[in-house]
Amino acid sequence: MLNHNEPVFVAGTGIISAIGNNVAECLDALENGRAGMGPMHYLDSAHRHRLPVAEVKLTNEELAQLTGLPKIKSRSALLSLVAAKEALHQAGIENIKDLRTGFISATSVGGMDKTENFFTEFLPDNSKGKLRDVVNHECGSVTELVADALGIKHYITTISTACSSSANAIFLGARLIRNNIVDVVVAGGTDSMTRFTLNGFNTLMIVDEQFCQPFDENRRGLNLGEGAGYVVLVSDKLAATLKNKPEIILSGYCNANDAYHQTASSPDGVGSYLAMSGALKKAGLQASDIDYINLHGTGTQNNDIAEGTAIKRLFDPHYPKMSSTKTFTGHTLGASGGIEAVFSVLALQHGMIFPNLRLQTPMADLPFVPEREVIKNATLKHVLSNSFGFGGNCSSLIFSKI
Amino acid sequence: MYIRATGNISPQKTFGHQPLVDAVEYSGNRLACIEPDYKDFIDSKQIRRMSRIIRMGVAAAMECLQEAGVKVPDAIVTGTAYGCLEDTNSFLSKMVEFNEELLTPTAFIQSTHNTIGAQIGLMLQCNNYNNAFVHRGVSFESALLDGMMLLQENDATNVLVGAIDEITNTSHTILSRMGLYKQGSVSNLDMYKTKTKGTIAGEGAAFFLLANERSTTDYAKLDGLYTFYKPEGVSEIEKQVSSFLERHSVSMGDIDLIITGKNGDASSDEVYEQLGKTVFSNKDSVEYKHLCGEYPTAAAFAMWLAATTIKAGKVPAVLNYKGPADKKINKVLIYNHYQGIHHSLSLLSAC
Amino acid sequence: MEKLMSDLKTQIIAQLNLQDTKPEDIGDDQPLFIEGLGLDSIDALELIVLLQQQYKIKLSNAEDGPKVFKTVRTMAEYITAHQAQNA
Repeated sequence: MLNHNEPVFVAGTGIISAIGNNVAECLDALENGRAGMGPMHYLDSAHRHRLPVAEVKLTNEELAQLTGLPKIKSRSALLSLVAAKEALHQAGIENIKDLRTGFISATSVGGMDKTENFFTEFLPDNSKGKLRDVVNHECGSVTELVADALGIKHYITTISTACSSSANAIFLGARLIRNNIVDVVVAGGTDSMTRFTLNGFNTLMIVDEQFCQPFDENRRGLNLGEGAGYVVLVSDKLAATLKNKPEIILSGYCNANDAYHQTASSPDGVGSYLAMSGALKKAGLQASDIDYINLHGTGTQNNDIAEGTAIKRLFDPHYPKMSSTKTFTGHTLGASGGIEAVFSVLALQHGMIFPNLRLQTPMADLPFVPEREVIKNATLKHVLSNSFGFGGNCSSLIFSKI
Repeated sequence: MYIRATGNISPQKTFGHQPLVDAVEYSGNRLACIEPDYKDFIDSKQIRRMSRIIRMGVAAAMECLQEAGVKVPDAIVTGTAYGCLEDTNSFLSKMVEFNEELLTPTAFIQSTHNTIGAQIGLMLQCNNYNNAFVHRGVSFESALLDGMMLLQENDATNVLVGAIDEITNTSHTILSRMGLYKQGSVSNLDMYKTKTKGTIAGEGAAFFLLANERSTTDYAKLDGLYTFYKPEGVSEIEKQVSSFLERHSVSMGDIDLIITGKNGDASSDEVYEQLGKTVFSNKDSVEYKHLCGEYPTAAAFAMWLAATTIKAGKVPAVLNYKGPADKKINKVLIYNHYQGIHHSLSLLSAC
Repeated sequence: MEKLMSDLKTQIIAQLNLQDTKPEDIGDDQPLFIEGLGLDSIDALELIVLLQQQYKIKLSNAEDGPKVFKTVRTMAEYITAHQAQNA
């Protein structure tokens, strides 16, 4: 008999982002207010001198050296492998080769970083362009490069739902465990900086030419970021056998749809409200049980008011502490759910609430203000992480300390 | 778990719940969907922004929901390996041509992989679960498994699951350069006989409404689904087939029909030849990729074929079925592989 | 002004892929957004690009959009005013 309520434990975390190449570096940056956005350095784009971005501070060559993958492979794959490897290492599951292991990854970019270079040669002459640059174009292809490198094959798949992608990947992983399809799963996502996405967001006129200011009354838009974040989830049974007994579970999750517009959120944040309240219901929690919200908080006019309005509707009058860590990492798109899941777990593990940087003027329409300074020695039991994307795809995750 | 309704746009006359009577013949290595008039399904204000693949997906989904008599499903889950290629191509091309200047948002917005499912959700004003899988030759099966789990978890009473992939001039050129397709003039109806390298390119949009509760008009029961990745060899595949059947308390003797994913490429089809001598020996089997072509989500066409065959009770004459014409088809096993990497097994039975 | 408005109608139809609409269907003073032609925020972004591509005018503040794109006439007036400035 399947137990669809059995606890699913977080046994390991792994991350690479603009603020650090691993968990320890990112935690240190979060604690000390060191944001990762700056002038474009690694990506070659016509917007180089105008748009600040939050890039991972390593070249593809350096990433290749860290991972053992060839440097000609997609940056999305390289970032993914760095973070997934760290998560697995942290989980320290000795008999993993004997277990049913899954890899659920997510991305919006896939191998586009290579494809867009291919196209510059292919377009004028379709017999030109190196095929090796497009052979891993597909999102699923990027996932397989990493799964093969990790030696995982029991269940592999890829999700792409814009900015909620890796949140969806994480709770799919949990459901696969609860449905007795896998014993352990590495779940999360990756996205690398590309001209395609940079220009795409630019056409929507939601990109900030300065460092972004989520949840500020005078916010101007988002800064694009890149990176990867993964968690290792294990079944209750497996958790009991691990040397480092995991203390954190994925207690709640929900995927809802705003069904309002292709890119904009409904003014009242209907999808956001449904995702958050659905996650609470799944976790068997009340709104007042949440100690910290890791906001989606992109810094666009539209997201922040929609998300803020949904929070007001759900949490009033007991507002938990909250912050947008996109003020550090930028908006990492398909990786954001995974990266912010890792941050949520870190918050619980270290009793820390990360600040919402550069918040000068609180939003006039909201009765709460995100935290502007880091808080240490906080007693945190339940953390909510929001990921809301294009296509109305809204997902929320709740992590809890048992 | 029941397949209550279907919607299928393919290179055959499958839309509008038409029975598969005559096979449409194609020569050359590229099949193209026979498309309906989308204005019957989509408002002109919305249609203007939708590229071909989105129209295909939306229309197939609408046909499925109409048949089921469901206005808003409890969940929408889609699978696509390539995503919206035309939009991706359009945005990329302009980006290169105009050196990142004067770009417009529509193509970018529509290029994201979740657009088809999101568009369906938007049209239906569906606030429920909406997910999109993008994993090569198991994109459809991943979506299907997600839907099946939602039903098992009682988080949904019905789920709309579908898969969509398209061919564009650009993708066909690139995949041809990679050596995937047959060269020269070849009829899709003869492709298994040629024993040459390469397959033929296909495309399609197929949707299913899965439900927990039985109804009087269901097509078939979906008894099981299993996928596996990069098996070590034919013997592993044979073991997987046997254990799949065992897990579902079914013997090979109970299977009335096997649908295989032969695609006309001699080396790719070797596996099916081998299995035909071992676990599939003495079983009636048919192919389907001469009808829809080869593409990562072609297994959705196979599922449609299995469901419609079970509903009709007999195998459509247009398939090269060698069994007795009046044999009742109660249990169907589908086995497909995509480039030897992704393998899937599905079991369907009569209600 | 008449010629400009006529050209604009053809360009709007092309840019926004309004396949079933003919230029004569769009009134000079008909609201383009929400009611009337029923355009939305994505169309507004498309029109900003149209201004730049066809008339070399950059609408740097997206918030001016609703005023400028209210009707074909307001668009034509904006273009005329800015072309005079650039001349």
